[in-house]
Amino acid sequence: MTAAATPAASPATTGEQPGVRLARSRRNAELSLLLLAMVLVAAYGATVEANMLDTVTPDFWVPAAALGAVFLGLHLVIRFLAPFADPALLPAVALLNGLGVGFLRRIDLGEALPPERETLAVFAGQGGRQLAWTLVSVILAAALLVIMRDHRSVSRYAYTLGLAGIVLVMIPAVLPGRFSEINGAKLWIKFGESFSIQPGEFAKLALLVFFAYYLVRKREVLSLASRRFLGIDFPRGRDLGPVVVVWLISLLVLIFEKDLGTSLLYFGMFVVTLYIATERVSWLLIGLVLFFGGAYLAYFLGSTVGGPFANFYLRAEIWLDPFADPHDKGYQLVQGLLALGTGGLFGAGPGGGQPGLLPEVRNDFIFAGIGEEIGLFGLSALLVVYLLIVERGLRAALAVRDSFGKLLAGGLAFTLGLQVFVIVGGISKLIPLTGQTTPFLSAGGSSLMANWLLIAVLLRVSDGARRPVTAGGGKAARPSAGPPEQLHGAPTEVIRP
Amino acid sequence: MNAPLRRVGVVVMILFGLLFANLNWIQAYKADEYRNSDYNGRVQVAEYERKRGNIEAGGRALATSKETTGELKYLRTYPDGAKYAHVLGYKPVNLAATGIERIENDFLAGTSDQLIGDRIKDMFTGDQTGGGNVLLTLSNKAQDAAYDGLRNNDLGVKRGAAVAIDPRTGALQALVSMPSFDPNPLVSHDSKKAQAAYNELEQDANGPLKNRALTETLPPGSTFKVVVAAAALENGITKDTEIPAGSSYTPPTSGTPIRNAAASICPEAQVTLMEAVTESCNTGFAKLGVRLGADAIKEKARQFGFEQDDLTVGQLGEDGLPVAASHTGTMQNADGGDDPAALAQSSIGQRDVRMTPLQGALIAASVANGGSQMRPYLVRQLLAPDRTTSYYTAKARELRQPISGQVASDLRDMMVSVVENGTGRNAQINGYTVGGKTGTAQSAPDRPDHGWFIGFALDKNGTPISAVCVELEQAGPGGSAEAARIAGRIMRAVIADPGSR
Repeated sequence: MTAAATPAASPATTGEQPGVRLARSRRNAELSLLLLAMVLVAAYGATVEANMLDTVTPDFWVPAAALGAVFLGLHLVIRFLAPFADPALLPAVALLNGLGVGFLRRIDLGEALPPERETLAVFAGQGGRQLAWTLVSVILAAALLVIMRDHRSVSRYAYTLGLAGIVLVMIPAVLPGRFSEINGAKLWIKFGESFSIQPGEFAKLALLVFFAYYLVRKREVLSLASRRFLGIDFPRGRDLGPVVVVWLISLLVLIFEKDLGTSLLYFGMFVVTLYIATERVSWLLIGLVLFFGGAYLAYFLGSTVGGPFANFYLRAEIWLDPFADPHDKGYQLVQGLLALGTGGLFGAGPGGGQPGLLPEVRNDFIFAGIGEEIGLFGLSALLVVYLLIVERGLRAALAVRDSFGKLLAGGLAFTLGLQVFVIVGGISKLIPLTGQTTPFLSAGGSSLMANWLLIAVLLRVSDGARRPVTAGGGKAARPSAGPPEQLHGAPTEVIRP
Repeated sequence: MNAPLRRVGVVVMILFGLLFANLNWIQAYKADEYRNSDYNGRVQVAEYERKRGNIEAGGRALATSKETTGELKYLRTYPDGAKYAHVLGYKPVNLAATGIERIENDFLAGTSDQLIGDRIKDMFTGDQTGGGNVLLTLSNKAQDAAYDGLRNNDLGVKRGAAVAIDPRTGALQALVSMPSFDPNPLVSHDSKKAQAAYNELEQDANGPLKNRALTETLPPGSTFKVVVAAAALENGITKDTEIPAGSSYTPPTSGTPIRNAAASICPEAQVTLMEAVTESCNTGFAKLGVRLGADAIKEKARQFGFEQDDLTVGQLGEDGLPVAASHTGTMQNADGGDDPAALAQSSIGQRDVRMTPLQGALIAASVANGGSQMRPYLVRQLLAPDRTTSYYTAKARELRQPISGQVASDLRDMMVSVVENGTGRNAQINGYTVGGKTGTAQSAPDRPDHGWFIGFALDKNGTPISAVCVELEQAGPGGSAEAARIAGRIMRAVIADPGSR
């Protein structure tokens, strides 16, 4: 854990040597990393064409260049409006997003008839759609950075956002199936045949803002005014009430929408923000016990009673032995595992695999599809990039001075990491498979947009965290002796047993 | 709030560590299994790049591959549809292969070690040589006769099987299981269609996918009397020895009397063994069985091939289509002594005696071949892709010697008498010596009886030409006579197809 420990120490050491390390905005580092990422994306596209067309078309660089241009735009916005933001976040996300676009384009190439392959337009097919969504998402992220000059300002809309989150989560559940159901899960709002949005992706952000705001306001009460029961400190019901209500409603609605993955995500998000706010390990324990107990109970009830639990039981059974029914129930998981296994250590090479054999290869199983072509080493690199984003987000949370920012950034970063764990663990049979998009890789505008907004928030928080005191303008000068979070944390530190 | 944030960082590290560990575990321990899994379509895409070899019999291609424009380059086709289905099996895209397509898969696909020379040649020439060709022992005419005979049987029976063997070599001349199925939809490149076709066959109550000729065991009824007669001949009884008979026999320990199929059959107190076989005298054989004892009968049945559970029919000495074990069942009391009631019923092929049609044919073949039972096989030859080199040619070999030449000769006389004077007249062939034994076996009190016929044909010189078993499941009255008629037809077809022998 040196990675997370170091940033906590650095403000203290650099605080005594003002303007030496802290004041460096590292924007040029971001720019060169971004260029490197785009070179990698272009190289990926070229390899795909070499493998699939036996030639590299003169236009192979166009998608990478289009992406590069819009990322450059975001870079410029960051340079002027969030100059001290973490320089690793944008290039890391840009790399993932670029590879996602490249892979989706590769699937389009595989599905196109051979004569059409060499002339596949940049914005054609799912890859082209994803490219367009990326442009829109990055522009939105930039807009958020422009509007939100200080992350604390969103706390003003916390209750509005909390309400909006619930409404967003509820809309698909309330809508009739034909407006909201795709592949058995009621998660969408469909506008016509080709366009649909997944409001749950945005609800995640809205609810987290609400959690963070509410828990910060109540954290001292939550930590202090507790009742001791069975050796564990429980907060008073009236303090916890609103949060529990929000969580329960979202959970119930999600069960109603038949989406286990998202409810797991919300649960994890909730437990972890609660833990960060109250600093009580008991909450983690209670959460884990509740979760595993609940999962086992659902499994048990699914095997005996069936009904609403049957779905969970089925998923658990598939997880335990996907090869028991390899053509029907276990089909997706089996095909995903076979793709990963076929990929081996180095993979078949970009464009060399058979992603067409994988069900849902553009969404849930994109990681397996990519894995077949880039192998264990490539997948490990992708996971490292994800880990980098998450740990950078947590680092921003550690370094930022206000509690709201800590909770917001910590919660968002953890949620992103948990989402990657749930879907990658699901397709690799580490945990039962639950439908979930792979952030920045899976096809889909909603997921892409929401995750880019999440990154914008992390950028803004990290800017606040790394901004030197003197450069802060309106901010009050902080004592040079130590990081300000100790002041915020002081009461809790004192009373902690 | 920093302490919990750091711990959350640790938790994320652990979660990602689990992902890393799991992905590594998949590659280290599971990758080979996944890569070569039957469900892995990638294996097939590569497999379908190369033209799969033919399966042929009598110069006719029974399974062949033709080029398509789809992602999978070659489509497997079976020109004769359902006729050879249970022998050939099928080679589907996603489902598991069966039959000869399964057991000779490596050679047909061209990945066999034997074809390594062709692969190396391909590497230098850049060509894609196809897979090897498998030549079967089947006779087209005999297979036609067996397939049409079963399908158009006079009794409208839905289920049954027929097997014909060359008694001198063990080469299979015909193998049909009814109902059969068309393997072509199963090998469709549209895996949904293939799956739907498979599901439909799988759910068919008559079980068309089942190879009844090799894996269905049914009570053999009176055909089992050949085994009991063999045991008797080895225990001091000749074909002319008078054995006790009568119209009804109640074994000492059981109240259920054993009767004959008709009042006209052996009502006398004594008949010769020859007469008992010819007329299929139940009371005579029940008493004979009790006299011989369970051990003698079980041992004789075992020597004919009963209880063998690892016999396969394919290449000689190699993997093949599995044959279910035939059983004699228990004929003893709890204390280990013979149970006369069980013994009496078992002696006429009832009770717990169960036999596959192949086993029936093997008994007839042993009798026809002077007591030597040849190991049955289906693969005559493996031919290189260019058809110039032969990688394997079957050399017939004896599987076991259940009876001596003398006993075989006596049994042959008795079985010939069955076809000439007794219950098997339908199997007669002009100019040839045909022997056999009919069987009518009770299945369940409320179901029609099964009809059986096992038999053989010899030419004028006494050289065995074919041994046949036909079984008609729940055929009802006249089942064994119809089975004999079909068996005769199959043997006539073998005679008419001398090139196949």
